[in-house]
Amino acid sequence: MPVDRSINWGYSISRPRAIDMDANDHDAASQLLRSLPELQACIACGCCVATCTAGNLTPFNFRKVHTLVRRGEYKGAYDELNKCMLCGKCRLCCPRGINTRGVVMAIKRILGEY
Amino acid sequence: MSGKVIVIGGGVAGMQAAATLLGMGHRPVILEKNTRIGGKLNDWHRLFPSLTPATEVLEQLKSRLDGVEVLTGTEVQAVGSGEVTTTDGRRLEADAVIIASGFEVFPAELKEEYGYTLYDNVYTTVDIERMFNEGRVCLANGAAPRSIAFLHCVGSRDEKVSQRHCSRVCCITGVKQAMEMKGLFPDAEVYNFYMDIRMFGPGYEEMYREAQEKYNIHFIRGRISEAGETQDRRVQIKAEDTLIGRPLKMTVDMLVLIVGMQAARSNVPFAGCEGIRLRPSGFLEPADSFCSNVCSGTPGVFYAGTATAPKNVGESINEGTAAAVKAAGYIESGKGDAGR
Amino acid sequence: MKGASWKEYQKDIADDGYFYVRSCIRQNFFPGSEKAFLSILRNDLGKDIGEDLKHTSCTGIGYHTDIVPLETIMTVVARQFALMGEAGYENLTSSCITSFGIYTEMLETWHEFPETEERTREYLYKATGREFKKPKNVAHTSDVIYKHREEIAAKSKVRLVNAMTGEPLQVVEHIGCHYAKLFPKKGVGGSEFPYVLAGMIESWGGQVLDYPERRHCCGFGFRNYLVQANRGFSIANSQKKLESMSRYRPDFIVTNCPGCAMFLDKWQYTIAEMEGSIYGQDGKGIPVLTYEEMAGLVLGYDPWALGMQMHQVAVEPLLDKLGIDYDPAAKYLGRNGKYMGVPDQGAVNMNCTSQPYMRTL
Repeated sequence: MPVDRSINWGYSISRPRAIDMDANDHDAASQLLRSLPELQACIACGCCVATCTAGNLTPFNFRKVHTLVRRGEYKGAYDELNKCMLCGKCRLCCPRGINTRGVVMAIKRILGEY
Repeated sequence: MSGKVIVIGGGVAGMQAAATLLGMGHRPVILEKNTRIGGKLNDWHRLFPSLTPATEVLEQLKSRLDGVEVLTGTEVQAVGSGEVTTTDGRRLEADAVIIASGFEVFPAELKEEYGYTLYDNVYTTVDIERMFNEGRVCLANGAAPRSIAFLHCVGSRDEKVSQRHCSRVCCITGVKQAMEMKGLFPDAEVYNFYMDIRMFGPGYEEMYREAQEKYNIHFIRGRISEAGETQDRRVQIKAEDTLIGRPLKMTVDMLVLIVGMQAARSNVPFAGCEGIRLRPSGFLEPADSFCSNVCSGTPGVFYAGTATAPKNVGESINEGTAAAVKAAGYIESGKGDAGR
Repeated sequence: MKGASWKEYQKDIADDGYFYVRSCIRQNFFPGSEKAFLSILRNDLGKDIGEDLKHTSCTGIGYHTDIVPLETIMTVVARQFALMGEAGYENLTSSCITSFGIYTEMLETWHEFPETEERTREYLYKATGREFKKPKNVAHTSDVIYKHREEIAAKSKVRLVNAMTGEPLQVVEHIGCHYAKLFPKKGVGGSEFPYVLAGMIESWGGQVLDYPERRHCCGFGFRNYLVQANRGFSIANSQKKLESMSRYRPDFIVTNCPGCAMFLDKWQYTIAEMEGSIYGQDGKGIPVLTYEEMAGLVLGYDPWALGMQMHQVAVEPLLDKLGIDYDPAAKYLGRNGKYMGVPDQGAVNMNCTSQPYMRTL
């Protein structure tokens, strides 16, 4: 039915914040996990973020960004990862041996076309 | 000096205790409330982390029971030093008693919000083992699942259902079954919703990592708050992805509740007997947790297996050995301190 | 619904002799429902139910929006109990779900912290000279109807079935959060699978729809709704439910909470005007009934006498499905046949077959 946009309700219907796994497109996430399967082994210890050169100066959180990407939440991930200085310190401390720099580059490569 | 030892419970711990006592020249008698021995292992398909068939372990244990008297259909009401009373009023005398009466599987229907027994495609880990044993794993309508969610800690670490303890073995069970399901249905996406992953045994952490890296199983940290059935009999679940800090919802074909171990109700009458105490969790409390963790407070009454706490199969079998050795020492020392 | 674990949770509900306390929202938005409840209790079931004009709001809305302090609401609750005693009753039944939650919460608080009860007795005596006894039984009015559902079924003139096809109507039941989410044991069926409305629906011939967002809150939330800028997430919750249930093509919604009935009904209008989404069948909204209205229809009450013209979503399509004989022209005639005026057309009541005044005026 037609909607009368001239009405000022004083509020609008809030959008759900939930990660909607049914609606999300998981192709890019699958591609990422195929190229770096060890990323699934992340135990969210946060060591990478604790040592992160960029994360100590900005709200950049590598762990959170790659977790969001793995759930199909791609919006903003590419720009976020631009904050990474590629110093590689995170890779040295990762207890699961994840190629964290590789993850940064892979996400940017895959989501660059997103 | 040879003695008669009553072993209450014919599960893995009880069978191992009886076999050990037999080998030491004693006369064990197994009292089993069910119609056959084997306990919960009868319902299991393959054991973590080696994926050994449960029947293989069962057969091995059973093969060593030749000459052991087994009274099935026999339930115990009370235990004392040197005697056992059954629920049908029989009084059985013995030189020592080993309580190996096991645990109960947490009844998942108590967590009403997950709709177990109400919704078609909500299962427990016990159902999955049964389906593996029957050789037919599928959805209620016979189709193959394309998405499967496992939920850890159902009936564990949850005061809402009076189960505050950690059941220990469920984490690895969930990982094992996730891998087995992925093996059966390679195109399905498998998600494990966990609170913490507790990989306490040898080979467990390795198995967890294999599940992540080789099987591409998605581990999401967060407890599912509720499940609802959709029109096409799928299961809608809600959780928080706590590592992101946002709610998450999805619809899966199959929800598997990884049920914990709860104290057996058969422990309750024991608790009225002298020297036998229950922990707050309802499991039996050994005399101490170090040198006497298979001993009760009563001379000649010993514990083995999951009657005292959640344990895996190997640990339960070891306790069967330990309790048998303690019982034999008690008898051989003329029922003195050796049994304490 | 399969399984029956909810049936294990039953509560005590007094059989007769109730002191009735009204609901602020129900009185204003569904005044016919409270009138119908009293009539059903007195005339159809022959029960003794009394009230006192001096009873007030329980102040639950103020309490939940942080403007009424705990001591005040406790004293107000104590005063209602005093009026109950003065009227010669021992059982309390409350029309409002929030009030039911409030009465239960105060009684539980007094039980856990007896000093708060003592203080309340003092405050009440100082302020009004009154003393009170705690009720023997506190039940929500939907509990009372639930308890007598089979008796109502025996007297029914209308069944919840499609009069044309004979098929049971598909009914969404919605339980107010404060009915069983505060004290699960105080609700018939507990909090996850409450049976209070489902029991009525099943006894009267309908079929209960279980849909994924069944247990979700309508979004009212007091302070959330009352602040205009916060209404966005209030309405979003109703929308989530409506979207989830609409796939099942429900014939109507029934709720036991006055606030839920108001919001599930009126938000349908708002959503339709804001976004153009309509959730019912044939381009119409989903009618939202109170359980008093549902019971009234089953017992053969006239829909306009039940106050159903007060609904935002037109109820005529449902009345037609039920095969109820009603006078379309009498919809906007109030007491003594006085014309009440007609509301503006809204999206969710458009295309209704019976809007006689729209055509004639």
